[in-house]
Parts: sequence; structure tokens; C-alpha cells
Amino acid sequence: MTSETKHITLQAQDLSVGYFNKKAKKAVAETIDFSFSEGELIGLVGANGIGKSTLLRTLAGMQPRLSGAILVNEKPLEDYSTLALANQISVVLTEPPASKNLTVLELISLGRQPYTSWMGTLSEKDKTAVQNALQATETQSMAHRKCFELSDGQMQRVAIARALAQDTPIILLDEPTTHLDLYHRAYILKLLKKLASENKKTILFSTHEIDLAIQLSDTMLVMTGNANYFDTPCNLIEAGHFDALFPKDTIHFDKNTGRFTVRK
Amino acid sequence: MQTTQTYRVFFVVLLIALLAVFLANISLGSVSIPIDEVVKGIFGGNASKGTWNYIIIDYRLPKAITAILAGGGLAVSGLLMQTLFRNPLAGPFVLGLSSGASLGVALLILGAGAFGGFLGNALVSEWSLVIASAVGSFLVLLAVLMVTFRVKDTMAILIIGLMFGSVTAAVVAVLSYFSNAEKLQQYIFWSFGSLGNQSWEGIIILSCCAVLGLLIAVASSKSLNALLLGENYAKSMGLHIKRTTFAIILATSILAGAITAFAGPIAFVGLAVPHITRQFFKTSNHLVLIPAVLLCGSLLMLVCDTIAQLPFSEHTLPINAITSLVGAPVVIWLLVRKRKLLF
Repeated sequence: MTSETKHITLQAQDLSVGYFNKKAKKAVAETIDFSFSEGELIGLVGANGIGKSTLLRTLAGMQPRLSGAILVNEKPLEDYSTLALANQISVVLTEPPASKNLTVLELISLGRQPYTSWMGTLSEKDKTAVQNALQATETQSMAHRKCFELSDGQMQRVAIARALAQDTPIILLDEPTTHLDLYHRAYILKLLKKLASENKKTILFSTHEIDLAIQLSDTMLVMTGNANYFDTPCNLIEAGHFDALFPKDTIHFDKNTGRFTVRK
Repeated sequence: MQTTQTYRVFFVVLLIALLAVFLANISLGSVSIPIDEVVKGIFGGNASKGTWNYIIIDYRLPKAITAILAGGGLAVSGLLMQTLFRNPLAGPFVLGLSSGASLGVALLILGAGAFGGFLGNALVSEWSLVIASAVGSFLVLLAVLMVTFRVKDTMAILIIGLMFGSVTAAVVAVLSYFSNAEKLQQYIFWSFGSLGNQSWEGIIILSCCAVLGLLIAVASSKSLNALLLGENYAKSMGLHIKRTTFAIILATSILAGAITAFAGPIAFVGLAVPHITRQFFKTSNHLVLIPAVLLCGSLLMLVCDTIAQLPFSEHTLPINAITSLVGAPVVIWLLVRKRKLLF
């Protein structure tokens, strides 16, 4: 396929996210604009408390937006029923599964819920999707282990496999690399990159690994509090937007190496 | 890994055990009846002695059926609550249903003292106890359901349920303080729980409630599975959280409410049986767990009742004490062996 205009899957226009507080709106982040296409891996970076998780929850339909518009496949988010949205967006949250007694296979199979009958039994198609998810995340060997036996890195791969089994064009991940060592952080992000390009998915992940995200993301959304920038990592570096992420007295962004260095 | 085949074997074993204990339960007691006579009495309608017939049909058979319904129903509602609140310590009475029932009965028995003499005694009949307990748990249920419509957080619902329990326990304590010894004893006997003395009408009503509650539970099994991941994940997979919470609380209330109305507040079974079942059925799929927990609950309750009626003696021990005496060591043993309480 050589279509120049890629299909746009997720779009935000002048979006403002936050909380409703006793009828008053409390905005956490405002004027967010972006449009994500299929096959795109998007890194979402920003300081703690800047509204990354709030934005992800709003995009996933878990909390209402304050103003602006969110378009999922060019249709307003609020036009989707809970079930219809589950066919479009899957999530990987920071919270672990409530029950650690689930086996890996059971947990991943739960991702098929939007497609199964009222009994929740898996059809052949569901089983294939689960097997594909196991394969893509290299979790076949632990399929019959219980979740409480897994390491953080393995658990994260299983959580991603569940989202894959849900088979949605859009996947949102909230800090998938926290608690992981350098190898596993790189492993997870490379996996996301592969899934985005090979399976034509739109994958948005929030992270504090800015240098890894710069190396692997197709585009990035930088939230600084005053303004939010959406562009390719190169353009963002050129424009000096990463410098606006943190107060400059402690760390600064080195354009040449593409990483932050501590001021001595 | 356990397959459907393994589960099938477990289910068959459980059913056979249930049938065996069921017959033993009817056969044993202050008057011991041979097993073949029991079978005759139940199916042929005629045991060789008239008194045996009377004992089987009018006393032991209804009691055994009540034990099966109460044990299974309480165990399933315990499972529902543990999943809904994602808390291994939850049981059928966390929402304050049993305290509601206790309040109803306490008001009836202890409050009837205020009317004095004849009227007071007339009020405290067998059916009025059932009605008072049903009304009590129904009112608490209504309060809890109203709360679930307003409060989103399931943990908040759990704490509100506990608060309801505290308030009703306090009212019962005040009532007890002002009551005479005789009334107090009557109330305490009710709180011991009792599976016996059920009329056949009562059993039909109880069965209807149990079937209704179980149907709602089975219909919710897919949602229950989703809740194992937590509310946010469940919602992201297309689950309506409020509708599901409502259905699960409704099923629990019907099951636990009806059972408490007929058999009194029976503790422990609802909390322990799901954990015991999980040791054998290594799955989190509620479509398997609900029938498994149902059978294990019925089995445990029948065993406890067989012990409670003290074979070859004229005494019957309070069932509420026996369930804990038999069940608690089992749970402790399982936990010491596994060193983990997971749900």
C-alpha cells in the first residue's frame, strides 16, 4: 500500500481534561491537539502531575472531558457505547489485576470479552486471537502460570498481551515501563514499536523514559503545563520543546545527544 | 493444568458425596433409621415403621433440603461478594443483611415484650419470625441499593454495609438490655440458626428464592470474570459497572436474605466455602466456580448438620456453632499449607 494519507484513528481538538469539582471545572491540562494515524507509536511525556494519566483516562472514556472534542475513527467519543468503544480502544493501566489468582491464559482470554457471548466461552476465532497475543508478546511459556508468580517485566508483557487479544485499532498504555530495569524497558518499547508497525495499530504510551521514547516513537506528545506539543521527535528537539519539560536549574536537554544531562 | 475433564471428575465426585451425606443425614439422629428404609421413605413413600415415615417426611427430609439450599446459597453469595469487592475476607453478610434480619427479629421478640402477655406471645409465631427477618434484611437491602446508585466506589459500599451492621447491632444491644431473660433467650436461640422445623410451604418459597438468586449469579458470571481485573479494566472491556454491581448485590440479597429469614444467621459458610473450593478447582472462571461452590457449600452444610444432630443422642447443637467449629480448622489448615489467601 502506498497511500500517502494514512488513516487517522484518534484525534483531539482543543481538548481540555481534568475533574468536575462541586460543579466547578478543575482543568489539569488544556488546549491539547493531535491526530494519531494507524501504525503509529506515540510517546507521551511530561513531568509528574502534568495530566498524562488524566489524558489517557479521558481518551479511554473512563472520565468525561471538560471541553473540546475527541474523535475515535472520525466519530465523536461520546457516540460510542461502552461496548462499541471496547472494540476500538484497549488499555494497559498502572494498576495490577485485582485478582492475582488468574492464570496468564485466563487473564489474556478476558481480553476477548467484548466479542464473546453472555457465557464468555471462547470461539475458535477468540482462541486464535489469544494465541496470537501470546506469540507476539513471547508469553507462551508462562501461559499456565498464575499471575502472582510473575515478575514485573513478565506481568507487563501479559498486560500488553491482554490488550492485544482485545484486538482494537487503538491501544493506550499508562507508564508501561515503570518498575522495570533498563533491558525490560527497552524490550517493552521495542515490542510496542513492532506491534504498531506490523499490526497497523495506533499505540499511545506515557513514559518517563524520554531518551528511549525519542529513539523509538514515530511522534511524541510533550505536555509542559503551559502548552502541549505534538510532532516528530526530531522536530520537537529542533524546536527546543523538551527543554520546557522541567525547570532548567537542575537538568537541561542536550540537542546533540538527544538526552537530559544534570547540571553540575 | 486442569482441563474440563478434571472439573467433570470433581463434579461427579462432589455429587456422589452429596448424595451419600444426604442419605446419611436423614438416617442418623436421635432415632437411627437404616439407609434402605430411608430410600424407601423418600421415594416409595412408605418405610416399614409409621414413625420412621413421619420422621423422614415431616422432619428430616425438609431439614436436609434446607441444609442443601442454605449451604449452597450462602456459599455462592460469599463468592459473589468476594469478587465484587475484590476482597478475600468478604462474605454474604458484609452488606449488613444479617444485621438487618437480626434487627427485625430482635424488634419482634424483644419488642413484643412491650405489648405484654397474650398479644406478645401471639406475635412471636414461627412465620412472624420469618417475616420479621425478611423485612429487616429487605430494608437493609433497599438502603444498600440506594447507596449503590449514589456511590460509585465499591469499597465505599463495603464500608457503608459494615456501618449498617454496627448501627443495627447497637440497636439490638439496647433492646436486649431492656428485655427479660426469657425473651432474650428466645432471641439468642434464633441467632444460633436452625435448619429444622421448616414447613413444606417454607421450603418451596426458599427454593424459589434460591433458584432466582442463582440464575442471576450465573447470568452475571461473565461480568464477574471481568471484575477480577478491577473496575477500570472491566469498563474498558465494555462492562456496565453500575448495572453489574446492582445485579450482583441483588442476587446476594435474595440468596442471603431468604436463607437468613428461614434458617437464622448462619455464619462462616459464605466466607470459607469459596476458599475451600478454590483449592480444588484451580480456575477463576465463575461459570465453573459458581456450581462448584454451590455443591461444596451444600456438602459442608449437610455434614455440619449431621454432626449437629448428634447421632444416638437426644440433643441438637446450634448449627451456627458447628459450621465454625468444622469449617475454621479446615480453612486454617489450607492456609498454613498454601501460605496464601487469594481470590
